[in-house]
Amino acid sequence: MASPSDWLDRRTGFRKILHAALYENVPGGARWRYVWGSTLTFALVSQFITGIFLWMAYSPSSQTAWESVYYIQDQMRGGWLLRGLHHYTAHVMTVLLVLHLMQVLIDGAYKAPREVNFWFGLILLQLVLALSLTGYLLPWDQKGFWASKVATNLMGVVPIVGPIFQRIIIGGPEYGHHTLTRFFALHAGVLPATVTALVVGHVYLFRRHGLTAKEPRRRPDAPFWPDQLLKDAVACLAVLAVVLFLIVRHRLMSVHGHLGAELGPPADPSEPYSAARPDWYFLCFFQFLKLFRGDNEVWGAIFIPGLLLLVVFLMPWIGRWRLGHRFNLGFLGCVLAGAGLLTWLAVADDRANPTYQAAVRAADAEGDRVRALATSPAGIPSAGAVTLLRDDPLTQGPKLFSQKCATCHRYDGHDGLGVVPKDPQAASDLKGFASREWLAGLLDPARIVTTNYFGATRFAEGKMVKFVTKDVAHFSPGQQQQLRDALAALSAEAQLKSQLAADQRDSAVIAQARLLIRDTLRCTDCHPFRKPDEDATAPDLTGYGSRKWLINFISNPAHPDFYGKRNDRMPAFGADQILSEQAIGLIADWLRGSWYEPLASAQE
Amino acid sequence: MIVPDPVRPPPDRRDFLKKILAGCIGALAALIPVAAGFTVFVDPLRRHSSTRGAILVTALEALPDDAIPRKFPVLATRVDAWNKFTQVPIGAVYLRRTGGDRVQAFNVVCPHAGCFVDFLPERMQYLCPCHKATYTVEGRIADRASPAPRGLDSLEVEIRGGKEVWVKFQNFQAGHAEKLPVA
Repeated sequence: MASPSDWLDRRTGFRKILHAALYENVPGGARWRYVWGSTLTFALVSQFITGIFLWMAYSPSSQTAWESVYYIQDQMRGGWLLRGLHHYTAHVMTVLLVLHLMQVLIDGAYKAPREVNFWFGLILLQLVLALSLTGYLLPWDQKGFWASKVATNLMGVVPIVGPIFQRIIIGGPEYGHHTLTRFFALHAGVLPATVTALVVGHVYLFRRHGLTAKEPRRRPDAPFWPDQLLKDAVACLAVLAVVLFLIVRHRLMSVHGHLGAELGPPADPSEPYSAARPDWYFLCFFQFLKLFRGDNEVWGAIFIPGLLLLVVFLMPWIGRWRLGHRFNLGFLGCVLAGAGLLTWLAVADDRANPTYQAAVRAADAEGDRVRALATSPAGIPSAGAVTLLRDDPLTQGPKLFSQKCATCHRYDGHDGLGVVPKDPQAASDLKGFASREWLAGLLDPARIVTTNYFGATRFAEGKMVKFVTKDVAHFSPGQQQQLRDALAALSAEAQLKSQLAADQRDSAVIAQARLLIRDTLRCTDCHPFRKPDEDATAPDLTGYGSRKWLINFISNPAHPDFYGKRNDRMPAFGADQILSEQAIGLIADWLRGSWYEPLASAQE
Repeated sequence: MIVPDPVRPPPDRRDFLKKILAGCIGALAALIPVAAGFTVFVDPLRRHSSTRGAILVTALEALPDDAIPRKFPVLATRVDAWNKFTQVPIGAVYLRRTGGDRVQAFNVVCPHAGCFVDFLPERMQYLCPCHKATYTVEGRIADRASPAPRGLDSLEVEIRGGKEVWVKFQNFQAGHAEKLPVA
């Protein structure tokens, strides 16, 4: 009775194939130095597997790419692991490629009759680097976007054909949807197919000529299975262990460390990204380019690397002579040492650069913020996640304040972004504006005259300052308590998020205190408050510090509802169209502390 | 007994014709999908940057008259394949007011490799954070060893009604000594 495997063998001949694959002779015995080719195959297959499953969740368009990667990373179970495997296996693969090349050169396995196989290997090296380059753009985050932009700009400096290639690869005059679709087609289709075909050829040619044994041969010949395959399997496991370590290393160092590959803020072509760097294996090119002046860029980017590669391609011929082989080893050693030195210099340069460090920290903060916003109940709008940051008061407020307000105002002594402006302070410090503490300062005789309130403005000689320094300064304790209650009532007009609980708790006092404002303290002698007043000579306190009030104020401080003709130097940002409605809204929301906070930190 | 070598059949004109025909028909069949693909592949070569007129960037009032460059985003309509976005940031400019209504405008994109340059007021100099190209406050290359191939790209500015700053916004190709617009 024929066994099932006999049945299959008669129909497919699988036994012969299996035998040929497994019982390859390894002259001189199985050795650890031969494992690199197998680890590369393992890495490649791993990338195909993780890549295909990522492909089932990834969407390549400028409004869905980052969003789909965010979803994989933060919302799909095991997504962080899948993506981490894909990302870090690519990194490790670059190292394995170098090790494999080194072993092939050192052991002379590139010489006749193995030249064609050597060239296949060199082409595969470049294809794998191209896979890394195209993959880097796909999450469509700031880092990948700007690093790829630089790379494609460099492509454009190649004489004659450069701009054409650049236009075709980008899919148009600017980065956009078609850049992603093209990069993705290359990354998931064209390059893997070419790599597969070449790997098949590479293995076929390798088996055709047999292994180049390392002389002297220490042991008797051994079969590939199980001797060499065992060593290969151990090496592949070690590679996997390294990849897994890279995935969890941040979490090992801190309980808040992120897991897996990083995801920066979404690509924004209008936002500069000073922290843009290519991945570490391209840092040597990045550093190398700094040495080349403007119009010589093409030498640093294309010609010199091309020349070095050409020498490597010619190595099978150079290596025919003993001296030639030594030259090849020396040449490769120098190139690797040079690349290593350049990489180290690039990292050292960046470490010593405080602007770069600050940019990286800002980028990390923005990345965390946008992911928190994406996870918020509001989710990601169909316009894409890039609008999340553009519409976020916490992100945009400080930037806008720094650009438009900090020439006069301050925020906690700085410009909103932590920098103290050179020009002297010419208007109030707005941190905690309209809160009880801030108002207490306004009504404090010692503080109202400082630059943090009216000190640097023309109101320093105005009636309010006079009232505070003359009358309030001589308030009795009872009157001071009344003032405190009145300020609580005034502050409650703003409905500040940070004060909602306190306003609720003190609602009875506040209701009473509203009468104090009108009758006892007589603020309404000058200010309107919850009643229109045609004879008012001071800003309307109705809804003081509320979103609407603040937006109207910033739009036109010279409006009769506010300072009117007595306005000092503050521009009418809305009325004179200096800022858009949206920008004014963002500043107002930021000053009022009203932005989305994730639940966990709100509870802390 | 002598076994004669197998004799090759004499070349046959019909045989030759069959070979030619097989080759041509096969090539044609293969060529058509490739040609269709290639035509779409090179479609970007006929797409051009939307030519824009002048864009309103800011009110003249918002630009202090102190010859210090300040960055302003440029908002316009952007077409990206099948999407049309209105009033979105398409880039940014540095505006520098050098007296009255004389305003100088530079594209923030570094002509070296495309990053945005920063302006450092304490050094009164532009610095690109990517490869350290530096430019004077007038936009010229500041350092002979700079990687930049040319100075910052100036843009045409128009002050309308004495109040509005309009800029003819354009992007230029990075990495060349000549200032060539991105077509």
